[in-house]
Amino acid sequence: MFRIVEKKLLAENIYRLRVEAPRVAHSALPGQFVIVRTDEHGERVPLTIADYDTADGTVTIVIQTIGMSTRKMCTLGVGDALADLAGPLGNPSEFVNVPIEELRRRRYLFVAGGVGTAPVYPQVKWLHEHGVAVDVIIGAKTSSMLIYKEEMARVADNLYIATDDGSEGFKGMVTGKIKELIGTEGRHYDECVAIGPMIMMKFVTLTTREYNLPTTVSLNALMVDGTGMCGACRVSVGGQTLFTCVDGPEFDGHKVDFDEAMRRQAMYRTQEGEANEKHKCECYGK
Amino acid sequence: MANKIPRVAVREQDPAVRATNFEEVCYGYNDEEARLEASRCLGCKRPRCVEACPVNINIPAFIAELTKGDVAAAAEVIAADSSLPSICGRVCPQETQCEGSCVLGVKGEPVAIGKLERYVGDWHLAHGDVADSRRSASNGRRVAVVGSGPAGLACASDLAKMGYEVTVFEALHKLGGVLVYGIPEFRLPKDKVVAREIDTLRTLGVKFETDVIVGRTVTVDSLMDEEGFDAVFIGSGAGLPRFMGIEGENLNGVVSANEFLTRANLMHAYDDVYDTPIYVGKRVVVVGGGNVAMDAVRTAKRLGAEATIVYRRSEAELPARREEVHHAKEEGIEFRMLTNPTRVLGNDKGWVRGVSCVRMELGEPDESGRRSPVVVEGSDFDIECDVVIMALGTSPNPLLKRTTAGLETNRRGCIVTDEGGATTRRGVFAGGDAVTGAATVILAMGAGRRAARSIDEYVRGKYAAE
Repeated sequence: MFRIVEKKLLAENIYRLRVEAPRVAHSALPGQFVIVRTDEHGERVPLTIADYDTADGTVTIVIQTIGMSTRKMCTLGVGDALADLAGPLGNPSEFVNVPIEELRRRRYLFVAGGVGTAPVYPQVKWLHEHGVAVDVIIGAKTSSMLIYKEEMARVADNLYIATDDGSEGFKGMVTGKIKELIGTEGRHYDECVAIGPMIMMKFVTLTTREYNLPTTVSLNALMVDGTGMCGACRVSVGGQTLFTCVDGPEFDGHKVDFDEAMRRQAMYRTQEGEANEKHKCECYGK
Repeated sequence: MANKIPRVAVREQDPAVRATNFEEVCYGYNDEEARLEASRCLGCKRPRCVEACPVNINIPAFIAELTKGDVAAAAEVIAADSSLPSICGRVCPQETQCEGSCVLGVKGEPVAIGKLERYVGDWHLAHGDVADSRRSASNGRRVAVVGSGPAGLACASDLAKMGYEVTVFEALHKLGGVLVYGIPEFRLPKDKVVAREIDTLRTLGVKFETDVIVGRTVTVDSLMDEEGFDAVFIGSGAGLPRFMGIEGENLNGVVSANEFLTRANLMHAYDDVYDTPIYVGKRVVVVGGGNVAMDAVRTAKRLGAEATIVYRRSEAELPARREEVHHAKEEGIEFRMLTNPTRVLGNDKGWVRGVSCVRMELGEPDESGRRSPVVVEGSDFDIECDVVIMALGTSPNPLLKRTTAGLETNRRGCIVTDEGGATTRRGVFAGGDAVTGAATVILAMGAGRRAARSIDEYVRGKYAAE
């Protein structure tokens, strides 16, 4: 069992859990994910690692309650335990294997959207700790939905906020902010990393393509086992079918077929919706 | 022939009823039936069945004990060569092994060796405490076993009996490997059989750790260097599904048999109490002819779909156990032989609406000895369906190879070992599907047991040298 040692509501429907998982914390690297199961009847839910602490053996995950499984997960509190937390899965971000001198010559732009801001944090932190220059754009619908602002400000060289309604920072989408930074202000970046909703990553890659800016995306495909067994996470990258779990989760964003990926992500949506409704009714019934 | 008794028929759930539930198809023999069936064995002096058994169980000897009514003694005979009789009795392809070479089969029906083995295994699970009495004092040496499928369980069991402290690491949340995620409940009951076999190992002192992916959570190196294991056995199986590489394979509604079966078996998606969804649709086409294809098609049927097998060779070449094909037909599964998909068809929303196929005919025998299928030109036709399940075989997971220095694999990704299971990396052994590619439970179990002997030899040698 994996005991929850800290729980915090970050924004509406977004929770942060710090969980005891010493083996996972010991092996985790930026970019990797875990599979979490709340209880005996739960789904195996893939979640990108938001932080890990080798010293106290904990792993941090950030969950947005969008379906029944994530909702159930967030009903647990400090002292409760998750039935399973398996990982770290997937490949670490490519930059962890690049020589440091080479990395220090690069300038990174991270684009984080919604709950995807959480997994951006360990990457920016890692680069910052290794002396690499990183700018970060965090996007959200509105100011109250922004997460990881203070944490990110501590590790980013420049932190930009973009909100759809203009309640904080740049008014508009993250793509608008990218255009402003690169197009209007003439800033130069060598690498872009975008993590967020599929639709955001799609439009970020369309924007960065205009500037020939290499862009890595982290895909949150459907999975069952997360170790290469089921193939539910198939994704087309440059015309080739790859498994997000073992070949990713990070891919060259300019080669990903996002339309297919979004369609595949919705495969069980109707069923999830029904299950979610069922769960809600049961909860209200009590 | 001295034997006039016909093969004792085994009681089974009515096909019409069982096609709607997940309970075991076959009820197995009761005491009386088992004793009567056992009496059919001629007790051959040079028994061909023993040679045909991959682990050479002394079949006439255990059957002789059954005719005397001594099931405990029969269990002892089997235990000398097999550690999982209630499982192998259910899932072994007996018709190509023991029963396929039974003398009685020449003119009539062979002895129902599989059903008798299952009877002994189940009796032992219900009554036996043989395992506990065999537990040796700890020798203080530690062995890590990667994977809790048939190979790992067999290896762990033998090592524990020799006095080793064994820890089994399982990547999933539940123990049993393919026995749990792959083979359905209606063919191999999980609580009654698989969990009980694992409990037997626990009484032997074997420790289990779930949610540990060796190659990610820990590595073979860290197990040996940091955690102090003297040797490692890799029984990680062949879990990676193959796809055909045809157009439309990424449409919504195309899944691997592994995904479909994992959702149903491991995640209990068919049970409302569990949260994992499964999509079955109205009409399911399963591509393939092996046991996994049969498991998938019969699971789809049980979930309410019209279910069809599409296989590119003829019925004679179906690699599945004969009993599974027979059961599938009884349950109303449609078989379309000599048919091969060329394209999956989608609707405007990106969901499957059918599959385009061609007819095949059998040509010259290929390297497997089976006649290879050749396309009949101009024979294209479509089958309407909303789900396509690919059951085309699996290959070993490359994770251990990638993360373990000095571990050699062949071009199919299978780990290279010697006869005893030693890999190219010192102190690391392997067996089962990870070495052979997808094969049978009995072969994996046999390999696990051989590796246990090699590990014992290796560890003794290592300390004797010091």
